[in-house]
Amino acid sequence: MKILVPIKRVADPANANKVKVSGATVTHDGLEWVMNPFDEWALETALRLTENAADKTRVGEIVVVSIGPKEAADTIREALGKGAERGILVEGSDAELDSHVVAQVLAKIVEKEQPDLVLMGKQSADGDSNVAGTKLAETLDWPILNYVSHVETADGGKTLTLKRELDVGVQTLKVTGPAVLTVSDRILKPGTVKNGVTPASFEYADLGDLNSRLSNLKNIMAARKKPLDETTIAALGVEPARVDTYVGFKLPAGRSGNTTYLESVDDLVAKLQTEAKVL
Amino acid sequence: MTDVLVVAELSLGKIRKTTLSAIAFAKTVAEGTSGEFDILVIGDGAEDAADEVTGFGARKVLTAAIEGDYRCEAYAPTVAAVGKEYGVLVACASTYGKDLMPRVAAKLGAGVASDISKVDIDGGELVYTRPMYAGNVIGSLKVTTDVQVVTVRQSEFEPAAESGGSSDTEEVDVVEADVASRVESLGIEVVQSERPDLSEADVVVSGGRSLKSAENFEKVLEPLVDALGAAMGASRAAVDAGYVPNELQVGQTGKVVAPKLYIAVGISGAIQHLAGMKGSKVIVAINKDKEAPIAQVADYFLVADLFDAVPALTAAVKKAKG
Ligand SMILES: Cc1cc2nc3c(=O)[nH]c(=O)nc-3n(C[C@@H](O)[C@H](O)[C@H](O)COP(=O)(O)OP(=O)(O)OC[C@H]3O[C@@H](n4cnc5c(N)ncnc54)[C@H](O)[C@@H]3O)c2cc1C
Ligand SMILES: Cc1cc2nc3c(=O)[nH]c(=O)nc-3n(C[C@H](O)[C@H](O)[C@H](O)COP(=O)(O)OP(=O)(O)OC[C@H]3O[C@@H](n4cnc5c(N)ncnc54)[C@H](O)[C@@H]3O)c2cc1C
Repeated sequence: MKILVPIKRVADPANANKVKVSGATVTHDGLEWVMNPFDEWALETALRLTENAADKTRVGEIVVVSIGPKEAADTIREALGKGAERGILVEGSDAELDSHVVAQVLAKIVEKEQPDLVLMGKQSADGDSNVAGTKLAETLDWPILNYVSHVETADGGKTLTLKRELDVGVQTLKVTGPAVLTVSDRILKPGTVKNGVTPASFEYADLGDLNSRLSNLKNIMAARKKPLDETTIAALGVEPARVDTYVGFKLPAGRSGNTTYLESVDDLVAKLQTEAKVL
Repeated sequence: MTDVLVVAELSLGKIRKTTLSAIAFAKTVAEGTSGEFDILVIGDGAEDAADEVTGFGARKVLTAAIEGDYRCEAYAPTVAAVGKEYGVLVACASTYGKDLMPRVAAKLGAGVASDISKVDIDGGELVYTRPMYAGNVIGSLKVTTDVQVVTVRQSEFEPAAESGGSSDTEEVDVVEADVASRVESLGIEVVQSERPDLSEADVVVSGGRSLKSAENFEKVLEPLVDALGAAMGASRAAVDAGYVPNELQVGQTGKVVAPKLYIAVGISGAIQHLAGMKGSKVIVAINKDKEAPIAQVADYFLVADLFDAVPALTAAVKKAKG
């Protein structure tokens, strides 16, 4: 099975409250660039689908692709260090992208690479749009399965049994690939990703607060030798014609900043009744 | 003059209340640009459900009956065929809207303003406000295509009220796509609860990892939820641990809520949790750690062990409410 995983680098989301704005740009001086955590979940899912976890062998191929400046190669290398086979950097500046352009570029990569599946984050932790995956699927005339929390593959990824999280409840589906999948928070619970190769009895450890496996030393060494191709948006024949344009950014209005500390339930009830008037 | 098409959301053959937030947006845009709005009711039971939305002042209510569970691939071609005549297509930014609308947009080559909190009309042009970076940056966005696709954040658009009158209903042709045959729904386990819906409730009580079990959610937290007539929410850690179902998650990847009163019980207040609740009017934290980051947004912070404080608060609320 061959899986394409698009990844975006984002300014450290754990410190998103330190991001600054000026006019029509957002700046993140001093913040580290990291792999979009939502994409990290997708990468880990892809790794699980393409390995025999019991004997730690790879049984499929993962190609990661990122559209961004040259420095985005670091994020691709990180994915290679976790076990992906190959990387593609599509050079382009963040400011010329929108989810339409991202979808067009990714569609070209899919045409070239012919993966069985595309696995990606449902949203980027900076743009929070939740659009690119679905636009990609429509561009390819493939199914889109957003918010996947369980996935089982058969026939090398051609048949998928999935669960996905909707606001009204959990939907179970049977899908004929190739397809685009975006993953939900629950995708990496033990027992949720099954590829028919890893023995059914194998249980992945809970990742805790990690978004994916750590890269081990062997993989980091190997990652340096793994192929990382570079291309450009123009070379792929995509015109970066944005359809959404940000005209300004600002910081949200803060709350009052006054926190009243209370020691007893009676004090709290009194405040809620007489001051906040919500009881 | 901008005409707007509202794409209604159905569940179990009924209009979901999310639709009323999309209607509220449509009214603002139609009134502000001297345009009109129509409502498309699509899905299983669309014809019967259409009656629920004829009283909101729409020029027309269109219906497209499609049997079976919702699937993006089966709905998008019809929405796009109907929608190409409009200036703006809108749905609520529920999982339904966020799943369906980008596919419709891609069919029409349209730009998407996703999960917006506000719309302004500037000389006839629409400018969308949307939270980004987990609510830490607010962007202003314009969509530059002839058709614009929008999803609206439910907590930021007051549900439209019925305005009387009765819109005419009209059936539209269902357009099919081959790709839909590759997606078969085996069922949706719809969670039904007697409590108010999380996105609509005036009071939300959320519990975190510190509750330690599903049983404690039931025994410790639920009595407080019910005494307040509140909706129940949770942190991702509590959902991940299986204490409560995923629909209850509040945050960047869960629901965004803005009730009059939000009580965070044993929740640390990670940036992704704050993204889903910091718009609440009054925020109460119950936490034994005074330094927990939830303090950044809490108006009242009860420093206490939740296993003592919550039952005591439940009793006090019951007493206060008589
Ligand atoms: C200075 C600056 C100016 C900008 N101006 C605009 C603007 O005017 N209009 C505008 O729409 N956007 C603008 N952007 C944001 C743009 O760069 C976004 O990356 C783009 O809009 C994609 O949207 P998203 O990240 O919200 O995607 P989502 O739809 O939230 O992303 C979903 C998934 O798509 C994939 N994906 C997204 N981006 C990439 C990528 N680059 N490479 C690989 N995979 C990817 C990932 O798997 C991700 O999880 C600007 C950014 C900067 C830094
Ligand atoms: C990409 C991404 C998206 C995410 N999206 C979301 C999201 O949508 N929603 C969300 O909630 N999280 C989200 N998270 C997770 C988030 O980062 C936190 O891990 C999570 O919110 C923590 O949950 P918690 O507050 O219940 O647990 P903890 O952080 O473990 O906090 C427990 C709190 O309970 C207190 N406590 C413990 N015992 C008691 C007691 N007996 N009495 C009183 N207080 C007690 C502690 O002092 C502590 O403050 C996301 C993370 C990532 C990476």
